[in-house]
Amino acid sequence: MKIDELYQEIILDHYKAKHHSGLRKPYDAEVYHVNPVCGDEVRLRIFLDGDLVGDVSYESAGCSISQASTSVMTDLVIGRTTSEGLALYEEFLAVMQGRGEMVPDEERLEDAVAFAGVARFPARVKCALLGWSAFRDAASRAISGESRKPEVEVQ
Amino acid sequence: MSVSGGPEYAATIDLDEVGTSAEPIPFDVEHIRADFPILERRSGDWPLIYLDSANTSQKPRVVVEAIEDHYLNHNANVARAMHTLGAEATGAFESARARLAKFICARRSEEVVFTKNASEALNLCAYTLGTRLRPGDEIVISVMEHHSNLVPWQLLAERTGATLRWFDVTDEGRLDLDGAFASGLVNERTKIISVAYVSNVLGTVNPISQLAGIAHAAGAVLVVDASQAVPQLPVDVAALGADLLAFTGHKMLGPTGIGVLWGRYDLLAELPPFLGGGEMIEVVRMSGSTFAPPPHRFEAGTPPIAQAVGLGVAAEYLRELGMEQVAAHEQEITDYALQGLATVPRLRILGPTEIRDRGGAVAFTMAAANGSAIHPHDVGQLLDARGIAVRGGHHCARPLHERFGIQSSTRASFYLYTTKVEIDTLVDALNYTRDFFR
Repeated sequence: MKIDELYQEIILDHYKAKHHSGLRKPYDAEVYHVNPVCGDEVRLRIFLDGDLVGDVSYESAGCSISQASTSVMTDLVIGRTTSEGLALYEEFLAVMQGRGEMVPDEERLEDAVAFAGVARFPARVKCALLGWSAFRDAASRAISGESRKPEVEVQ
Repeated sequence: MSVSGGPEYAATIDLDEVGTSAEPIPFDVEHIRADFPILERRSGDWPLIYLDSANTSQKPRVVVEAIEDHYLNHNANVARAMHTLGAEATGAFESARARLAKFICARRSEEVVFTKNASEALNLCAYTLGTRLRPGDEIVISVMEHHSNLVPWQLLAERTGATLRWFDVTDEGRLDLDGAFASGLVNERTKIISVAYVSNVLGTVNPISQLAGIAHAAGAVLVVDASQAVPQLPVDVAALGADLLAFTGHKMLGPTGIGVLWGRYDLLAELPPFLGGGEMIEVVRMSGSTFAPPPHRFEAGTPPIAQAVGLGVAAEYLRELGMEQVAAHEQEITDYALQGLATVPRLRILGPTEIRDRGGAVAFTMAAANGSAIHPHDVGQLLDARGIAVRGGHHCARPLHERFGIQSSTRASFYLYTTKVEIDTLVDALNYTRDFFR
């Protein structure tokens, strides 16, 4: 597999200019996730506006794959219902765990299809999932009302 | 070169009879590389360039063959089987211990304890030395420690109420002895000092003999994590002044699954058991047990026998090459790499940029032409696409990265089979990486 298939232009574009970056208020839950292997980290907040994901804001540090994936995730989930956002998480997860053999649905995953190649690099799958996992965790905390607890360190 | 790994071993071993003190063989990298079949393979379309030896080294054919020969022709459990195979396996295991003892210039074989790895050896130190600690006692480590020489001491401090303190490093990446002296880091409350001989990130070679003096003046025990030192430096434990010294087999051409704890015999003899089980006992009654003398006191259960045999052959391979020559090659390649990396724009080397007291691991960060950092994962991925294996991340030394205000780094590390051409290729590939992320 060629390196360009991993580092698609879409990924590099998101990496250079991350969408929705920065921590904002209001928010219903805040989580802190790290990848213990490499130290990549994301602090992520979610604000629920009724059934909708009103906002996802974050501060993060890490490789191009983890940063771009988080950026793409925010584009996808903000403005959708929380359950749709979580369904997208499941779809993205399935693609990542598909060893490169699963063809993603471009209609639904949009820019996130660019990460399909990541699935062929097992060491990088965790990178692509970092922001998504934080989103899922924050969403479930917000829904269950665990809400604005200070950070939960997952180290 | 050839090292014999045959079965003819005596049960008790006189260190003077282990190996021969032949003239050193001229150091020829191409000749050495021929002993490592893996170095002939390709990675994708590219020849493999393995620059991750500080993580684990590659294995010469003789080591793999010795393990194979043991399993195929001499396999039995040690120290309990009364039959011929049992005697052969026991002889091979104890002979490997003697080879290791000889390799690090131990006074006697019984000072070498086989463990699972260096982490277990350091945990053994923390556990057994910890039985002497009281609240208020102090343990001193350094901020450059690998997690394996950090977490066991944190756990020990939590268990005993002792306080964990540490040496800082200078901005150049040297142990900050002046700062430690000014702050009274080591004092009459210090009971244990445990530091790395060679940093796995900075490459810094720490002044162990000086630290031994400092420790002993305070009445403390000096533990040394020599995981990065024993593979690349001549180590003479009798002269060094340390009390306990841990290292691992797989970084010095040996197999995984085996490590070594060397200890001064009189200290080992004072320490209580670590893990309980078979082999480490003298007499077991339901009312209580007495324990074997060192080294077996610390080797509960069936030990890594084939691994010990392989490691013994690895030590013999290095000894025949001559550790002075291995160290000189490491210095030459590392110096060449430091100069080559300095030509890559916006690349920052962590740790000493000159070769004095420096080992063969070079960690660095780099940025694209526009100034934005290129993450080590991305560097590693681009290098891998060109067949070059390096490590990216915090290298199990997160506090050290924090000390330098960074999250992670890329590390290239070298060994006796590394060539200057490989370093040139690394430098080219780093420039390619910069252009890719421009």
